[in-house]
Amino acid sequence: MVPYLLKRLISLLLSLLAASVVIFLVLQVVPGDPASYMLGMNAQPETVEALRQQMGLNEPLVWRYLTWIAGLAHGNFGISYTYKVPIGELIAQRLWVSLPLAIYALLLSTLIALPVGIISAAKRNSASDYGIMGATQLGIAVPNFWFAMLLVLFFSITLRWFSAGGFPGWNAGFFVALKALTLPAIALALPQASILARVMRSSLLDTLSEDYIRTARAKGLTRGQTLVRHAVRNAMIPVLTIIGLQFSFLLAGAIIIENVFYLPGLGRLVFQGITQRDLIVVQSVVMLLVFAVIVITFLVDLAYALVDPRLRSRA
Amino acid sequence: MSVGFLPERKRGLWAAAFQSKSFALGFAVTAIFILAALLSFVWTPYDATALSVAEKLKGPSTVHWFGTDHFGRDIFSMIMVGARTSIAVAFVAVGIGMAAGVPLGLWAAAKQGSLVDEVIMRANDLVFAFPALLIAILITAVFGPSAINAIIAIGIFNIPVFARLARGAALTLWTREYIFAARVAGKGALRISAEHILPNILNLLIVQGTIQFSLGILADAALSYVGLGAQPPTPSWGRMLSDAQTMISLAPHMALFPGAAIVLTVLGLNLMGDGLRDIFDPKLQRSRT
Amino acid sequence: MTLLQIDKLTLDILGLKILSDVRFEVDRGEVVGVIGESGSGKSMTALSIMQLLPHGTSVTGSIRLDGEELLTKTEKQMCSIRGADVGMVFQEPMTALNPVKTIGDQVAETVMVHRGANRAEALSIARDTLNRVGLPEERFPLSRYPHELSGGQRQRVVIAMAIALRPKLLIADEPTTALDVTTQAQILSLMKKLVDEDGMGLILITHDLAVVADIADRIVIMKSGEVVEAGPAVQIFRAMQHPYSKALMAATSHHPVRKAHRMAPDTVPVLEVKSVVREYALPRRSLFTRPGAFRAVNDVSFKIHKGENVGLVGESGCGKSTLTRAILALEATQGGEIRVGGEPVTTKAGASLAARRKMQVVFQDPYGSFNPRHKVRRLVTEPFHLMGRDAPAGSALDARIAEALENVGLSPRDADKYIHEFSGGQRQRVAIARALITHPSLIVLDEAVSALDVSIRAQILDLLADLSDRLDLSYLFISHDLSVVRAITDRVMVMKAGQIVETGETEAVFSNPQHEYTRQLLAATPDLEAALKRREIVTA
Repeated sequence: MVPYLLKRLISLLLSLLAASVVIFLVLQVVPGDPASYMLGMNAQPETVEALRQQMGLNEPLVWRYLTWIAGLAHGNFGISYTYKVPIGELIAQRLWVSLPLAIYALLLSTLIALPVGIISAAKRNSASDYGIMGATQLGIAVPNFWFAMLLVLFFSITLRWFSAGGFPGWNAGFFVALKALTLPAIALALPQASILARVMRSSLLDTLSEDYIRTARAKGLTRGQTLVRHAVRNAMIPVLTIIGLQFSFLLAGAIIIENVFYLPGLGRLVFQGITQRDLIVVQSVVMLLVFAVIVITFLVDLAYALVDPRLRSRA
Repeated sequence: MSVGFLPERKRGLWAAAFQSKSFALGFAVTAIFILAALLSFVWTPYDATALSVAEKLKGPSTVHWFGTDHFGRDIFSMIMVGARTSIAVAFVAVGIGMAAGVPLGLWAAAKQGSLVDEVIMRANDLVFAFPALLIAILITAVFGPSAINAIIAIGIFNIPVFARLARGAALTLWTREYIFAARVAGKGALRISAEHILPNILNLLIVQGTIQFSLGILADAALSYVGLGAQPPTPSWGRMLSDAQTMISLAPHMALFPGAAIVLTVLGLNLMGDGLRDIFDPKLQRSRT
Repeated sequence: MTLLQIDKLTLDILGLKILSDVRFEVDRGEVVGVIGESGSGKSMTALSIMQLLPHGTSVTGSIRLDGEELLTKTEKQMCSIRGADVGMVFQEPMTALNPVKTIGDQVAETVMVHRGANRAEALSIARDTLNRVGLPEERFPLSRYPHELSGGQRQRVVIAMAIALRPKLLIADEPTTALDVTTQAQILSLMKKLVDEDGMGLILITHDLAVVADIADRIVIMKSGEVVEAGPAVQIFRAMQHPYSKALMAATSHHPVRKAHRMAPDTVPVLEVKSVVREYALPRRSLFTRPGAFRAVNDVSFKIHKGENVGLVGESGCGKSTLTRAILALEATQGGEIRVGGEPVTTKAGASLAARRKMQVVFQDPYGSFNPRHKVRRLVTEPFHLMGRDAPAGSALDARIAEALENVGLSPRDADKYIHEFSGGQRQRVAIARALITHPSLIVLDEAVSALDVSIRAQILDLLADLSDRLDLSYLFISHDLSVVRAITDRVMVMKAGQIVETGETEAVFSNPQHEYTRQLLAATPDLEAALKRREIVTA
């Protein structure tokens, strides 16, 4: 177990390092000078130079990278060019919208998809299997932001059950805030749930054709007992990977969905950053999300080891 | 999920393909959109970029089949031209992914366990660690929004998909005895990859290609929805949806038709992919004969 | 009353007839060997008893266990019979156990499902059962996972699951086919012991007559879904009635006729292996220690002369496959030298084409040996790549293809067929044709007949013997199957743990083995004739 963990941990750190280099370099090739951009068209060259000095833009590339990384390690993302406040604060506020939204969507997606996928596999080639497969086929094809618009059209404009957008803040009460996140979470979750249900189904079908399933049946287990005791746990291994990957899809997808619902999350922050060419904000959010994805991948690897004893003993 | 290698029967693959209902349906839908895109080069009911304030926000009618938008442009014509952009972006992006990913994957498999393999696979993992859409946004944000940058952004994320697929499938083949036989016949890794491996994994690549194609359509729609895809006045499905959003209570038809176009195209491609997978899957093949 | 009575059993899958009118009986404490080649319906018969048939199967006839009809039982009733009254053991021990559950839990599950016992009780029965099948507590605690066990040990766990509740009937479907001979012998004697102790009936399904010769009380021979012959074992073996059984019997102990071979005194041997070492790096234990190395081939030397057939035998993991790959220059060696016809197989620039021209190979799997997309013409001419510009072309090429195909008993017209148009035995002929096409002096036969049914195997062995005589070919014949090696080779080498422990004239080694390991191998190898003689002495 320990060598396995250690190996995963090293790979985690290397991935983070490589990702940070890539993100840093991408931002270096941006045309235009952030200092002159911040000061506007009519700024004096001396003032621009002074600001460049102050922002550390004249330092060598490697030095700037190291300063940036050192800052990140302390939770210091730098100062937003437009808001003139620490980016850490901006992100922290927005995270309280985006993260709950992604988690909400992930829960919805998993809770819908796993039972649906299991039922579909257990009743393979039945009417319900065909129905489920057809529905998921459709679910995969629907762009989530369009689905979000349809939800708004139906539940907000026609039925008036939900507001069409905006976020009252967690101070307005947990359920009020949760309600505001419900349509966005559904819009995010359903396409993902469709994918997950299909993965669950096919993984379970693969597992059900394994030799040890036949062995279990020969012991006298019923179909249902075999499914629950022997198939599902083994089938979870590929499903875990997809759940891990989906979290990153959901975080990124949230960026678009937040736009549809006017939610003050990381997505809005990123787009404001892009339109105002406040690229350090964009850079920081991207780094944060990549960090989240890599950590989640690591956690998924740990979950593997819990499910699969073969990994525990392997170095 | 498991996809097998091409069954040994060669004849009648095309005929077998149309025995699969999924494939036939998916092929038909996809063909309609491709034909519409091609037709748009020579003919559309109206000029897709012509503004006409008098005609704005008209619902579907015999004059404007899918209605008009807030500038009075004909939505049917815009969807036809939009199909062109979406399909082109997704197609080229899949092309980039295959052209770069497949050779990398084959190379890694041929040198399994070597430093080359390790570097290629780690680089792949790294790309996978980035949420694709987010990086596409970053790239288009940095280099400016355009269809070309959208293609590059989507294409980059196709590379590791094909590299992994090619490597995994090739590794299985490298343990086959006919590959040993080819090695005993003195053939090198490059020759074996081209002669024995690539033709035998082509079916997997085609299936994955259709899936990536459909994902490309979705990604392109998302990028142009947030204004980072093809720029106006070129119509694109995603942009039509973002225009529709502000008008959703006034003119829902503006959202319905482009959205339906996306769904149908993606559905068509996915059905085609599923159909192909069934045809290529030797397990199903056996039960059919 | 007989324990199991199968009568007029007929089985169709989607309209395709699989079994017709199968009938035989099993008594308490009796071992019934069910023998047949692939496609004979022997496994389907077993699955019919368990009622674990694939979808789309329809069954008629009667299967009575202790007088009770099984075919009319509901699925629920069958669940209470499976595992309790009838246990079953399968062929592939490596995949028959759930990888994420401990062996204790898996054996205990049988008890819990049927007895409603609590976990502690079930685990204690599981412990006893594992002890009974030869997995003692000190080395095999209940908390072991399947991946920590060898194939033979896993098969013992599967047996433990099947017999935990002391069923009346045990069905074993090719239980030893995937195992090495010494392990096979142990598993067979374990099953015999359990039958004697518990008085249960055992149906032992196998393709190998010799496997059942020692322990079966009665045998049933099946072909194409029918029973062709059945009766008391020794009696049947001694006086086969049905032509198929006779042919099967003959094929099992088939010795191809070979010309008496006169060794030509050659100065340059066809193959010379000198002090070859092949090491694999082991995974690092930690970041800071140097990774160890596993020596798969340890200082191996031998020579093969012109026209000589040499066998290399050993159990899985002994290094024979690694040695084969080193000889074929598919893997680098860490020491020593390999020369084919005097040419080193590897040079600084990599594998030597000159050496490879004189050496070709035939692999085990007749299905995996060919690129399915190419025609036979392209498949068999692949080795011409070795000859570069010297390769024949045009009519010379056609002549070479025709020659190779005719040499293996195929027709030149077969060159334009795809490989899937051939049966397994024919494919192996195509593989031999491919090996012959460059006129090599040495052919490496890597388990070349192991995947074939016995009757096909006999034909291919005849072909190989004939080719060796006619074309003065040398073979390096690698196999785990001693009886096959005995049939075709002049000399044999026995390999164990990376080293050749014994080498000599084949007949001499088999009749008078010198090394302890060779003796063990020979003792474990099922021998039909010897087994029958032993039993005749006992009954006489």
